[in-house]
Amino acid sequence: MTILDSTASGLAAAAEPAAAEAADEHAINTGELASWFQITPLMIILALFFGLPMLVVLAVSFFDFDRSDIIPAFIFDNYTDLFRSEVTLRLYLSSLKFAAIVWAVTLILGFNIAYFLVFHVRSLLWQIGLFLICTVPFLTSNIIRMISWIPFLGRNGIFNQALEGAGIVNQPLEFLLFSDFAVVVAYVHLFTLFMVVPIFNSMARIDKSLLEAARDAGAGRFRVVAEIVLPLSKTGIALGSIFVVTLVMGDSFVVRTMSGGQSASVVSALQNEVAALQYPPAAASAIIMVIIVTLMVAGILRLVDVRKELAG
Amino acid sequence: MEDKRPWTFYAFAAFFTLFVLFLYGPMIVIYILSFQGPSGGMTFPLNGVSLHWFEALISQTRVGDIAGSFQRSIGLAVLVAVITVVVSVLAGLAFRRRFRGSAFAFYFAIASLIMPGLFVGLGIALTFRLLGLETSWFVSGLGAQLTWTLPFGLLIMFAILGRFNRSYEEAATDLGATSWQKVREVTLPILLPGIIGVALFGFTLSYDELARTALTAGSENTLPLEIWAMTTNVTSPTLYAVGAVTTIVSFIVIVIALSSIAFIQRRRALGARGELVTATE
Repeated sequence: MTILDSTASGLAAAAEPAAAEAADEHAINTGELASWFQITPLMIILALFFGLPMLVVLAVSFFDFDRSDIIPAFIFDNYTDLFRSEVTLRLYLSSLKFAAIVWAVTLILGFNIAYFLVFHVRSLLWQIGLFLICTVPFLTSNIIRMISWIPFLGRNGIFNQALEGAGIVNQPLEFLLFSDFAVVVAYVHLFTLFMVVPIFNSMARIDKSLLEAARDAGAGRFRVVAEIVLPLSKTGIALGSIFVVTLVMGDSFVVRTMSGGQSASVVSALQNEVAALQYPPAAASAIIMVIIVTLMVAGILRLVDVRKELAG
Repeated sequence: MEDKRPWTFYAFAAFFTLFVLFLYGPMIVIYILSFQGPSGGMTFPLNGVSLHWFEALISQTRVGDIAGSFQRSIGLAVLVAVITVVVSVLAGLAFRRRFRGSAFAFYFAIASLIMPGLFVGLGIALTFRLLGLETSWFVSGLGAQLTWTLPFGLLIMFAILGRFNRSYEEAATDLGATSWQKVREVTLPILLPGIIGVALFGFTLSYDELARTALTAGSENTLPLEIWAMTTNVTSPTLYAVGAVTTIVSFIVIVIALSSIAFIQRRRALGARGELVTATE
């Protein structure tokens, strides 16, 4: 029936432009219905396990609480306590500091690795192989990759043994493990891939003849990178930045383990409140964090239209 | 006659090698240290070589419920992989057409992906609490992990569908295929390698997930939660032995997925050649 319909209207469309428009509209409507049907399972699951829970967090952030229970109410105390506390500011500065450092390091690493893979590796097989080498660790346990730095950076760890063996230092360096340094190392180790993959995807789409044309026109190596490669891979950079910034801002496990409890982040403080069953302050803290992260992401999206290239 | 590589190639190659060492070096070290002798410690030197810490993993109850949590994690990962494939393939196909609400659906999925995992877990835990339901790894834990694997699967589907040549589908329609026939016999077989990729990501992202599961797994732990608990109270190479075992599982899954993708691609290449032969005969 539908095949007959569309065939008939197709035939008519060849003869009459007005009928073609009508047929197009018909096709869009059945297509739209199919799309809605196909997207429904995703939307239901996300509504139940993401949309609704985030609304509950918002509601609970206005609740009252006592030692063992949360009490439905509409009070602003959780927020005012948050803003009055000096600890809040310190936690945010700490989280933002980690996010900024890790973002800069992973961006430099990610851009150069992607550049090497796309523009220097000539054989496709090598390119796929090296790309897989970069991606495989991402598919293994984050905690294991994190704790694998402990025998490396510890007081009697491999790095210190090597430094002492080479006579570079007399005493083991203390700042390597359970410090901000260790936290940054672990973040970079865990999250650089999130920068490499999107930048690689953007760069792989750049027409290589553009680069040749620029070189033929007399542009030097750095000018080609700065004026062609960089602007054309900004979607990848933006996506990678969103991933890295949100991952660092939302982390509590790495900062806890690798700083040995000396540093804290907004989310690790929140986790302590949850452990103490203080749900409403934790919820308020989560809401503020979500607002800040959303503003950061919106800022990045304002600079670069990510969706256009993703869907296209 | 290969033209000479610029000096920057060698600089980049050296840089890349260092990066790979940075990625794999520490991991390899803990796999070596997991074979530490019975009297050995958490770092070098190796005091002999033994399987002592692997045995301790199975026999000692003091390190926690490794076997049980391992089974739960595998079961959960399979469940998540299956749901992720079905739901994100469907959703990916939806985005090939323009439809009202597509922008909302896209941003909703992205928001779910980048929301700090612990917040999602907190929200689900609070929701279950307010509804008077018990949290468990196979209901609340499953839902929490899907909020992360489904958007990821959707992004992979975008990448796959971006390279998809629509003329095959058009040819099927021209030859009189119904839309279901077209999907089953043309679209899905062409997308199959990518779909295996989605399943691989669904499995491993679930198998290693920590932040979203931490508050939603209920009374029984998944493996990453068990390992997380170990990092705070186990100070023996048992920790490395767990790491070695879980990484071996990840590698087995990766190898199975990649080799089945390679197998399909090769059979396809052979098939194309075979048809060429029959065509010329």
